[in-house]
Amino acid sequence: MAERKQESDIPGGGLKTTPLNAFHREQGARMVDFAGWDMPVQYTGILEEHRAVRESAGLFDVSHMGEFTVAGPGAAGFLDSVLTNDISKISEGRAQYNLMCRPDGGVVDDLIVYRTGPEAFLLCVNASNATKDFAWLEGHVGDHDCSLRDDSSRYGLLALQGPAAETILKPLTRAVLDHLPSFGLEESSVAGWDVIISRTGYTGEPGFELFTPWNNTEPLARALCEAGADHGPRLAGLGARDSLRLEAGFPLYGHELSEEITPIQAGLGWAVKVKKKTDFIGRDALRREKESGPARRVVFFRTGNRRILRQGTPLLAAGREAGQVLSGTLSPMLNEAIGSALIESAAAEAGELSAELRGKSFPLQLVKPPFYTSAHQKT
Amino acid sequence: MSENQDLKYAKTHEWVRREGENEAVIGISDYAQNSLGDITFVELPAVGDRLSKGDSFGVVESVKAASDLYAPVSGEVLAVNEELEDAPEKVNEAATGDGWMLKVRLDDAAELNDLLDESAYQAANQ
Repeated sequence: MAERKQESDIPGGGLKTTPLNAFHREQGARMVDFAGWDMPVQYTGILEEHRAVRESAGLFDVSHMGEFTVAGPGAAGFLDSVLTNDISKISEGRAQYNLMCRPDGGVVDDLIVYRTGPEAFLLCVNASNATKDFAWLEGHVGDHDCSLRDDSSRYGLLALQGPAAETILKPLTRAVLDHLPSFGLEESSVAGWDVIISRTGYTGEPGFELFTPWNNTEPLARALCEAGADHGPRLAGLGARDSLRLEAGFPLYGHELSEEITPIQAGLGWAVKVKKKTDFIGRDALRREKESGPARRVVFFRTGNRRILRQGTPLLAAGREAGQVLSGTLSPMLNEAIGSALIESAAAEAGELSAELRGKSFPLQLVKPPFYTSAHQKT
Repeated sequence: MSENQDLKYAKTHEWVRREGENEAVIGISDYAQNSLGDITFVELPAVGDRLSKGDSFGVVESVKAASDLYAPVSGEVLAVNEELEDAPEKVNEAATGDGWMLKVRLDDAAELNDLLDESAYQAANQ
């Protein structure tokens, strides 16, 4: 047997650690290097943790994510000039999905923008891109009247996700969760710790993301675990986070999005407001692509079997290569391998795609995500 | 791990249990299944196929990765564990028991002498 991936037993080799590093080890997590961070990929098993999030609740440490604060009279205008969605449409206490693009439409990163005050925003970005993103923002802030601060090491971030998430959180907070809409946020406290609670997530289940000062993260995680003793939450690692997001049809930077893949190709045109008042980086390229239709696009597929197609696997249409796999995993809910691919638009429309694996050909069924719809998700 | 004292291991993490004079059962080690995580698919040869020591005879896939399986001994495949087709998780549950993969007729039982015993294998993985 060969090709096993390297795992780290000791934090070291320059890996960054979240405030829960000792907690993960104590809980028996298997740790891996993720974007330079020593992170739990699983505790008991990816499939089991995945099902726990779909059926009850899971708790994820996502403190590796980057957080930036942008504040000042010019903050909204600045963000509107570097992001594709319409920042002027977010009111205080609301969040919005966004893309930060290059002039050619390639994606620097995807992120969530939280409006925490009339002139204050919190940006939550991918850990793998945080350094690049901050430099990009600093490089474009120019004369905009706002301050820009990297708060990544000030905030820990926990994601409490699943149909039981609200039942677990409710008795621990004075925040009125009934009044917190999807993509809403509230500064409050949980188990006595200062927390920004937002009704957001990356699993396709109802749930919350909890931003808290770095040193609060471990006691907050312990309080959540104890509170949910009889009905979860189960600790869930990055492995389940990835299979949950793919089953829900959410993009992951480095797979469905990259500097070479535009949001239009990725099917995220709904978050690209080419008609908004402020001109923004990438606008012309994205408008042209929106009008003419992308030459290639991200599609999602089912395989009909349990063979996972890995990133980079070529896909065939009419006997020739028409694209490549971007993500692949086993869907625990469908008990079938699923994935995404970047393929020529003509092949996407014809829909006759197949993969070749060790000499055998497998037809793929193109599907519109999500692969699995939570019975509990509020719209 | 005392129940595995009759196993011999390849450095590539396959085990062999000799049965009778010239037959043996093959699987992957508990260490290997644990490293792979949730196993989602196992591809095995057909009955009658020939294994040559050191050559790839199949694939084990987990959520994380696909890995080649290497023949720890040479021989002819007498049986394959067909239950793994629908229940590959048996390899996670009992790698050296119900999660067995192949039964073979050994070409040369002396090849077993080249493999590691339980304690040498465990030591190699420290």
